[in-house]
Amino acid sequence: MDLEVLVALPIIIPLLIGALSLTLLNNHSAQRWLGAIGTAILLISAVWLLVHTLEVGIQVLEVGSWPAPFGIVLVADMLGAIMVLLASTLGFITALYSLKTIRKRFERFGYYPLLHLLLAGVNGAFLTGDIFNLYVWFEVLLVASFALLILGGERAQMEGAIKYVTLNLLSSALFLTAIGLTYGLVGTLNMADIAVKLASLEDQKMVTVIGSLFLIAFAIKAAAFPLFFWLPASYHTPQVAVSAIFAGLLTKVGVYALYRVFTLIFTADTGFTHEVLLWMGVFTMLTGVLGAAAQFEIRRILSFHSISQIGYMMLGLALFTPLALIGGIFYIVHHSVVKSSLFLTSGLIYRLGGSFELKKLGGLYRKHPGLAILFFVPALSLAGVPPLSGFFAKFILIKAGVEVGSWWAIGIALLVGLLTLYSMIKIWNEAFWKATPEPNPPVPAPTRNGLIYFSIGVLAVLTVALGVFAQPMYQIADIAAQQLLNPAVYIEAVLGRTSP
Amino acid sequence: MTTLMAILIGTFYAAAIYMMLRRSVVKLVIGLILLSNAANLLIFTVAGINRGIPPLIPEGQLVIDGPAADPLAQAVILTSIVIGFGVLAFAVVLIHRACEVVQTDDMNEMKGTD
Amino acid sequence: MKPRRFNMRSLILNTGSSLLLPLLVLFSLFLLFRGHDEPGGGFIGGLVAAAAVALKLFSEDYKAARDMLRVHPLQLVGIGLVLATIASFPPLLVGDSFFTAQWWTLDLPVFGEFKLSTPLLFDIGVYLGVIGTVLTVVFTLAEAEHS
Repeated sequence: MDLEVLVALPIIIPLLIGALSLTLLNNHSAQRWLGAIGTAILLISAVWLLVHTLEVGIQVLEVGSWPAPFGIVLVADMLGAIMVLLASTLGFITALYSLKTIRKRFERFGYYPLLHLLLAGVNGAFLTGDIFNLYVWFEVLLVASFALLILGGERAQMEGAIKYVTLNLLSSALFLTAIGLTYGLVGTLNMADIAVKLASLEDQKMVTVIGSLFLIAFAIKAAAFPLFFWLPASYHTPQVAVSAIFAGLLTKVGVYALYRVFTLIFTADTGFTHEVLLWMGVFTMLTGVLGAAAQFEIRRILSFHSISQIGYMMLGLALFTPLALIGGIFYIVHHSVVKSSLFLTSGLIYRLGGSFELKKLGGLYRKHPGLAILFFVPALSLAGVPPLSGFFAKFILIKAGVEVGSWWAIGIALLVGLLTLYSMIKIWNEAFWKATPEPNPPVPAPTRNGLIYFSIGVLAVLTVALGVFAQPMYQIADIAAQQLLNPAVYIEAVLGRTSP
Repeated sequence: MTTLMAILIGTFYAAAIYMMLRRSVVKLVIGLILLSNAANLLIFTVAGINRGIPPLIPEGQLVIDGPAADPLAQAVILTSIVIGFGVLAFAVVLIHRACEVVQTDDMNEMKGTD
Repeated sequence: MKPRRFNMRSLILNTGSSLLLPLLVLFSLFLLFRGHDEPGGGFIGGLVAAAAVALKLFSEDYKAARDMLRVHPLQLVGIGLVLATIASFPPLLVGDSFFTAQWWTLDLPVFGEFKLSTPLLFDIGVYLGVIGTVLTVVFTLAEAEHS
């Protein structure tokens, strides 16, 4: 068997497992086993894909033997492989966490199949080399996320879902419009082929217009300023496991799409597009963190921080130097791990403390020191305290900023780091340090939380490991950044010929 | 013809955005439907409107005879219609449920999460 | 607001639908197997089959339509997706690239030449998937009316 098929496995495995668990809709234990084992297999295949990509470089799979640019291709370059591994890891952890926290009612509604479908959509988006196929995978993951978002059917969820659905459908329509215009201009949908043909076009103004349309569409998905309003309205409403995987993955898909499109296709007019990206990134950082400062509900604080962290990733792309891209990729990995971990911890805080509201919480440090550590580590990592992963991610980005001389952006990035620390200390003080307020919120009956502790613990260890072993991660990100900055390699791998 | 289509598509987009800005949830859905149709029409138009024959290669031949319509644009539109159908079906169910839970169809009343 | 009762019972529709139902199902299968080389296929066939069940829903009631299907529509989606996914594997066994169409021709005693292929398997998967998806939506809305 040819190893090319590795590229398709991260899409096919969750699809197949999801379909199987859909047929076993009424068999709860089978669904749980499939959830845990299926995501574990997915994780193994993702690791294998990354290792293989490291060894042999960019891999291309021509689906159905139709040669590019006529058929759909799946492409695994370093960035794609990293993202797939990230998605699979979070999928596995979330599935473990769900085993203990998702009620039978939601399982009957199809929680596990939806989770697998979401993972298939996310991995598909990371691996496809065809712009319309990217749209299809976006819709797959959107439909899965719509259904996951409203599991539970509470009022807040419905209100959040309407905003989420509307703005995401709007973004999809803009994306489709941009695809249509691109197709009208160059007559192809293969991303590598588009890159070649757009570069040889005379009317570069139209290219910039289309690029801006893609920018708006993906910026909505990534929740960037000024298009992020759907995120704080919806991310704190669903089940905690769902929030965690959304915060860890969904906005990253938007960021990934920005990285892909603005390094491969729209690189002609970087003076305009990347300047816009830079200011979007800066304001995203600032508005997100200021929004978080005003909140007193843990999940809302975390949602706003998600927005602010997206700004750093966009900054990495906007500065557009090798070091900045390395920092951006590092940041994506770091943030997914940390933010999922924090959301999962917030679920455990609710289970042990009885509330998400900071005012009603207190004294958790005395009662549950283990939980306190599990919160403390990713919280400091998010703020960028050495030697955790967040420090290196921020450090690389800021160093890249210094090299370019983009002082405004650096200043704001540092300020946002401080404000993030403020928010995290706020949660720490209120929920863990201060005395338990009277009257105590009703605490649910104590249950065995071993698996929950384990799943959060894995993520906490991961963020420490990413900090302590930053060098290997840096090297992998370096390879990814080199590939992004030199699209000719990607184009040659897909089309089998050098670009003009 | 293309100019006419361009005006039509522009009207579609404008109408869609207008409907989405209304307060009623039902009009929001209508806006979304119009929006996806506008995008489909756009692809249809930019792919080139010509009087081509159907892009089917006759039995026993290797190439098509005469100018044919662009099959890729049709495939893309068909796919996006199917996707749009699925997503909108979901949106209708969602909005129906939401109206039941929230007891209103006025977007201004739905600000519990802001 | 008080939900409006769902009532469309009429003798004409009832009698007509009992005649139409088998025809619609047969027609949907015809469309399914005609597909690929000629217009037709899993998607359109699935829509017709789903329309048949929806007709049952209108002419009788929610329960009758539900009983006619026997399984939960989401399970149909699951089976369909499994079939469609499995259709991508056979080419790997013969060393072709992923998802490459494989054709086998069988000579059956009565029917004559019968072409079996992975696209057919995929199409059957799509057929079931479409029936399941459409009916999930229809049933969800009908349930809301029902309660």
